[in-house]
Amino acid sequence: MQTSNSAVRHKDGVAIVDLPPRIDASAEQSLNDAYAEAVGGAPKRIVLNFAGVDYLSSTGIALIVGILARSRTEGRQVTASGLSDHYREIFEITRLADFMRIFPDENAAVTG
Amino acid sequence: MIALDRIFRRPVATGAKADRTPSRRLAETAPVDIAPADPLLAYFQQASGAVEIDRLELDSPALRELRSAGVKLVVPLISQGELIGLLNLGPRLSEQEYSTDDKRLLEKLAAQASPAVRVAQLVREQEAEVRARERIEQELRVAQLIQQQFLPKQVPDLPGWQVAAFYRAAQEVGGDFYDFVELEGGRLGLVVGDVTGHGVPAALVMATTRSFIRAQAARAGRPSEVLSQANEFLHADIPQNMFVTCLYAILDPNTGHLVFANAGHDLPFVRTSSAGLVELRATGMPLGLMPGMQYEEHEFTLGPGDTMLLHSDGLAEAHAPDREMFGFPRVKGIVASKANGKELIDDLLTSLRRFTGPDWEQEDDITLVTVSRASSPTKGRVLGAFQLPSEAGNERVVMERVAEIVRPLALPARELERLKTAVSETAMNAIEHGNQLRRELPVSVQVVHDDGKLSVSITDKGGGREIPEAETPDIEAKLAGLQKARGWGLFLIKNMVHDMRVTTDAVHHTVELIVDLERAREGSAHADKQ
Repeated sequence: MQTSNSAVRHKDGVAIVDLPPRIDASAEQSLNDAYAEAVGGAPKRIVLNFAGVDYLSSTGIALIVGILARSRTEGRQVTASGLSDHYREIFEITRLADFMRIFPDENAAVTG
Repeated sequence: MIALDRIFRRPVATGAKADRTPSRRLAETAPVDIAPADPLLAYFQQASGAVEIDRLELDSPALRELRSAGVKLVVPLISQGELIGLLNLGPRLSEQEYSTDDKRLLEKLAAQASPAVRVAQLVREQEAEVRARERIEQELRVAQLIQQQFLPKQVPDLPGWQVAAFYRAAQEVGGDFYDFVELEGGRLGLVVGDVTGHGVPAALVMATTRSFIRAQAARAGRPSEVLSQANEFLHADIPQNMFVTCLYAILDPNTGHLVFANAGHDLPFVRTSSAGLVELRATGMPLGLMPGMQYEEHEFTLGPGDTMLLHSDGLAEAHAPDREMFGFPRVKGIVASKANGKELIDDLLTSLRRFTGPDWEQEDDITLVTVSRASSPTKGRVLGAFQLPSEAGNERVVMERVAEIVRPLALPARELERLKTAVSETAMNAIEHGNQLRRELPVSVQVVHDDGKLSVSITDKGGGREIPEAETPDIEAKLAGLQKARGWGLFLIKNMVHDMRVTTDAVHHTVELIVDLERAREGSAHADKQ
């Protein structure tokens, strides 16, 4: 199974995690590593950037929920950017959108 | 100086007069053959007691042989009136004639020895029989093993079709075979054949034929080409006096279209709703007899509700105790009744059992394959159908293929995305839960467009067991760690399509996803305005 890694960038004190194209069971390790790396830079906020995501499965949603749950216990703010209309709808249906601010793009997310 | 043996053309050992050292006596005994027609045999059979060889006047080669071997006295060994051996004696060591007392003693000895010799003979015969039987049984086991190894382990799972197969070897194991070959474009190759002869040789030819046809079929060959290539191949190698009858057909499950060629095999029978019972005829010589054979190729379409029977002669050529044959008219009569698939096979076997009686020993292998098209096939038009092995990641392949299949419907982008998510989630459940990631179990997908509705059915083999009620996911509970993070699949599916129907039987579990095309278009227009 092919996996691609999430890349972490830091911008204005915000950690931006560029998510891989495919978020399903195969992305678990990469997602957790990226979160740990992002946290390591002590950012004021973590942005999950979905701009490059073209497939998000229910298992992928569970991974995002897992990260959100961890960040909440750790008192960190996690937001999302670059969601397609379809995945934005899924964030709404699952009510992930109620617990994670969604920005149209990366710049908006960095500005907060 | 006694040698005992069975009589008919079996050696009669005799003593030699020249040498009297006991250790060498036996070594020098030469067997004497008595031909079944030799008058000496009849003489011994009738003789009461010891016979002095020198006094006999018979034109008998065996007698001459006995004399030249130095035999003087013969005491026939008789058990239950049957001559079972001879007690042969050379001259007395004292060079005197045998006395009356000697003869009486020898006769008593013979009377006591006979039953013991008979018992020994019987034991030996029985041992030889057991060995021969074991050899035959061993050969049968090998033949059966080959046969079983090369018969399909399961029947294909085609949405809208019922395929069933039955094979039962005769005591001797004939060379019947059948096969299903998955071909490009979701088509199915159907093979039924019969190798002349029995046992290991037939089983080996069957295995070879089956593998060859399978390989040729996969190269997208037409049935007539596949058979003529198989004929060339077999003709070069097949043992003399052996040949193979074989029917090869390609079915397109989407349309019911059938193309077939026949190398001298029993004709398939089809019960049609439009034309009653039909025989599918195509002429061609059995495989392996002569090189350069051409095979006719014909076409037929199995309509909704039609049922086809492929069979071997073990059925029609079964005999009743009075030697009457089951015959094709009976087979056709049963096909013409209303049963489909497995039921038709059961009906045929029940009828055969009634005909042959309970003590029937099956004369030849029986092979039955039924292919039935559902009578109310998913109304509407099948846009596409396919199967994939249950491998992680194939849910995405299912998703992409369904997207491709529904492209002509030009669904609004948003609805297409929703359908794709529902399809991939359903396929993932089928692969992981229904089929437990067992590669050999297929996930079957059928896409139908009917009356303003698009339906995608995804079927796995997870039928016959309880499906646990899914917990409604609650994001707050999940974030608080009160519910596990997973468990979104079914929730997503239900929210992505207009309707979801689940059906389950003893074997299959099917989830049908339904998109109302009108609502999809309206909903999308509405969403666009927002």
